Amino acid sequence: MTAILSETSVSASPGNARVVFNCLKRDKLAFAAAIFLLILTIATLAGPPLIGDTAAKLGLRQRNLPPFSFDHGWLFFLGADTLGRPILARLIVGAQNTLGIALAAVVFSMLTGGVLGLIAGYSERWYSQVIQRVADIIMSFPSLLLALIVLYTLGPSISNLIIVLALTRIPIYLRTTRAEVLELRERMFVSAAKSMGAKPLRIVVRHIAPMVLPTLLTIAAIDFATVILAESSLSFLGLGIQPPEFTWGAMVANGRGYLANAWWISFWPGLAILLTTLSLNLLSSWARTMADPQQRWRLQSLRKASR
Amino acid sequence: MLSFIGRRASHSIISVMGLLALVFFLTRLTGDPSSLFLPLDSTAEARAAFAKLHGFDQPVYWQFLQYLRDLLSLDFGESVRQNRSAMAVALEAFPQTLKLAVVAMLLSTALALVVGSLAASRPGSLFDRVVTLVSLSGASAPDFWVAIVGILIFAVSFELLPTSGTGSYLHWILPIFVLMLRPFGLLVQVVRGAMLGALASPYIKTARAKGLRRQQIIFGHALRNSLLPVITVAGDLTSGLINGAVIVETVFGWPGIGKLMIDAIIQRDFAVVQSTILVTATAIFILNICIDLLYAVLDPRIRY
Repeated sequence: MTAILSETSVSASPGNARVVFNCLKRDKLAFAAAIFLLILTIATLAGPPLIGDTAAKLGLRQRNLPPFSFDHGWLFFLGADTLGRPILARLIVGAQNTLGIALAAVVFSMLTGGVLGLIAGYSERWYSQVIQRVADIIMSFPSLLLALIVLYTLGPSISNLIIVLALTRIPIYLRTTRAEVLELRERMFVSAAKSMGAKPLRIVVRHIAPMVLPTLLTIAAIDFATVILAESSLSFLGLGIQPPEFTWGAMVANGRGYLANAWWISFWPGLAILLTTLSLNLLSSWARTMADPQQRWRLQSLRKASR
Repeated sequence: MLSFIGRRASHSIISVMGLLALVFFLTRLTGDPSSLFLPLDSTAEARAAFAKLHGFDQPVYWQFLQYLRDLLSLDFGESVRQNRSAMAVALEAFPQTLKLAVVAMLLSTALALVVGSLAASRPGSLFDRVVTLVSLSGASAPDFWVAIVGILIFAVSFELLPTSGTGSYLHWILPIFVLMLRPFGLLVQVVRGAMLGALASPYIKTARAKGLRRQQIIFGHALRNSLLPVITVAGDLTSGLINGAVIVETVFGWPGIGKLMIDAIIQRDFAVVQSTILVTATAIFILNICIDLLYAVLDPRIRY
């Protein structure tokens, strides 16, 4: 909770925004991660319209074209896959699905988990117990296996993939929200609202939910990388996204059969996943250090610190 | 102590039953297995006979009640594909996964304790920054990709290690390495964080004032107090290790429970899916109880 609160309050005023930026610039790794994510976001948003349908166009002459040559244009710099489609173009188009699915799943699980957590924390009826027990069951079992079973039942499609990924993450938001609500509901402002005659729904929505939201946003930011990995694992196993749609995970799976003669087909998309999740983790670890008053000096006075 | 174990066990049994019910109804929704197991041109009578033989002609809730009744007499159903007890199939695969998981978890915990403590003892040093980058990479790497790249480098290019399968000790190296990545990466972070906190506390100053050596302070005093959060995370990671095992077993053709479950799901071998889930869930619950007991051993203030 303190993490994002101090984060947002720090970046709210313009003078402090510069302080944060300077700290970010000092931590070279976190700075590089931020730049990478910025480029990735721009490429994901602006790339696909620019590239058009080159990512889907077959080119039999460029089949399994090795990387690092500009002979066929810059899109072929990372090589081409077994059907002669440029990998760089496919990476950019695939980023849209990869990041979009993860973002949708994170938002969906945060909202559902948050609402269920508010109910489970504030109400003492029987359904509060049911919600918690179901969350326990989901938490107690390896998420990938659960996702596999549910996905196989529902049939693989993008919307089902989002639902399944969200389902396995919901308990985390639910538990955190419930724990916070249990503490918040005993506070003075809730008692005050109650004594003024506010209905439970109004108390939860107007008074408690805004207090929980920052915590949920923090978890969501950290969770994003986990969900990207989970999605690519599912797509790699063939139960995630289905052709003609593809994500980075599905691209790795496609190239798996051609490892010996065309390593680049599965190497680049995997590297893209690694760099994205690593950047997200580097940034969130940097933000945690920034938000921790006991650790913060390490970033601020890096020059003075004995190295 | 015994009453604590009993209470935990009864909670666990409720959870396992809930899980079984969930999976039972979900798998039944995927469709009739007879369309997958019988030839396409088989007659309607043959299909009906197949369904009757395996009980698929009954309503789903009735099938579930029957399944529960059979559970009480330790009858876990027959594998439709292999024509033998589903539990035997699951128990045959389980030790293979267990071996992988135990070795990977012990190695990564031991390594993370040493590396994380050393990194925390000199925060901001080159070693610390390298460790942070390496551990974050380990936690962020897609394991299926690392497995593939590992095969590419060590099996295809240099032909040092086998690509897949079991047999010699060489077959263990790549699967264990891939399985270790994520637990190692996350554990190093936890150890480092806990140690930073512990090393800043007053009793460390006392220890230093007494003139103890650095190694003694780090491993003898600070580490012991940092162990509890490490064990919590390690326990969570062990049950999460099954996720990694599914991937690793698929890529390396390791005949473990993860691969068995994927195959069973795709082949609609319901009894095997249920048995594998029963085995995994039971193992995870036993593990969780063991971790709770370990707390009491490590921290004398905790009593059950």
